[in-house]
Amino acid sequence: MDGVAQLKKRLADYTTSLYDEGYLDDQFVQLQQLQDESNPEFVVEVVSLFFQDSQRLLSELAKALEQQSVDFRKVDAYVHQLKGSSSSIGAQRVQRACISFRNYCDDQNIEGCLKCLQQLKNEYSLMKNKLETLFKLEQQLLEAGG
Amino acid sequence: MGLATESQFHVLAVDDSIIDRKLIERLLKTSSYQVTTVDSGTKALEFLGLNDDDDLSNPNQPSVPPNIKQELEVNLIITDYCMPGMTGYDLLKKIKESTSLRNIPVVIMSSENVPSRISRCLEEGAEEFFLKPVRLADVNKLKPHLMKTKYENPQNQETAEVQQQSNNNKRKARDDVLSPDRTRPRYTELTVV
Repeated sequence: MDGVAQLKKRLADYTTSLYDEGYLDDQFVQLQQLQDESNPEFVVEVVSLFFQDSQRLLSELAKALEQQSVDFRKVDAYVHQLKGSSSSIGAQRVQRACISFRNYCDDQNIEGCLKCLQQLKNEYSLMKNKLETLFKLEQQLLEAGG
Repeated sequence: MGLATESQFHVLAVDDSIIDRKLIERLLKTSSYQVTTVDSGTKALEFLGLNDDDDLSNPNQPSVPPNIKQELEVNLIITDYCMPGMTGYDLLKKIKESTSLRNIPVVIMSSENVPSRISRCLEEGAEEFFLKPVRLADVNKLKPHLMKTKYENPQNQETAEVQQQSNNNKRKARDDVLSPDRTRPRYTELTVV
């Protein structure tokens, strides 16, 4: 029983830190509330879709910004998509990075956009690691009988 | 097959984002609606049986007027606003311009809170405008719109006329929740988001 209690605490503390540090917002809670016995993997499924889609968008963004003549509307469209999906899963810091990015798109500022892309990649990486850790902790707890 | 009026409501959800499609599908299914999701306005119109040249794209069915395709009867359409190609607004217009589809309530979703966008959609006939991310509380607002069209369904023409009377009476009784800004005379129960 101690093992389970410890795992529970670790999971709870970790979860709290994610909210405190702004990685996740209330939308993530909404996702968890939509998960139930009939859809026990819902959160993992949505987050997996988010990972796949984000990877695609980040690589499209890199490509678009490498062009001789950058199509800022296209860049903005990709960022808009990523902003939307990160917002839908509660990935707050990724969402915020997208918002800053769009401002540089509006200004047609390539330097600014490139910096934002780097920032966005960093935030996305962080988010991915955090969520994977979260899921691992949940899995451990399940396996321990919690 | 019949009219299946006592079975689940069927909602068509339109969104180019795979994440948002998954989310809206879950939200709707949680609320016990049957759901079909498509990733574009064009596909939505195909599903609804509406094409430019008026013939059905479905190869399995003989030419049948859309409002008699009972298996595919759609009770509500919920669509994203920002989509490549046909926007949610374009889709809304096409639906409201169609004699066979215009009675289907349409709800728009958008990640951006742009007042002029919202009023334009409402003026074009959208029932509701939800800001994304959409939540269960939003989906709970769909029920009255779905209940309304149960009686205004063109398949039930005679019943519809009788119901129209009592519906009009019901609407008058609910005047206190009506928005005065509506320009369209029909769907008058409106929650301004």
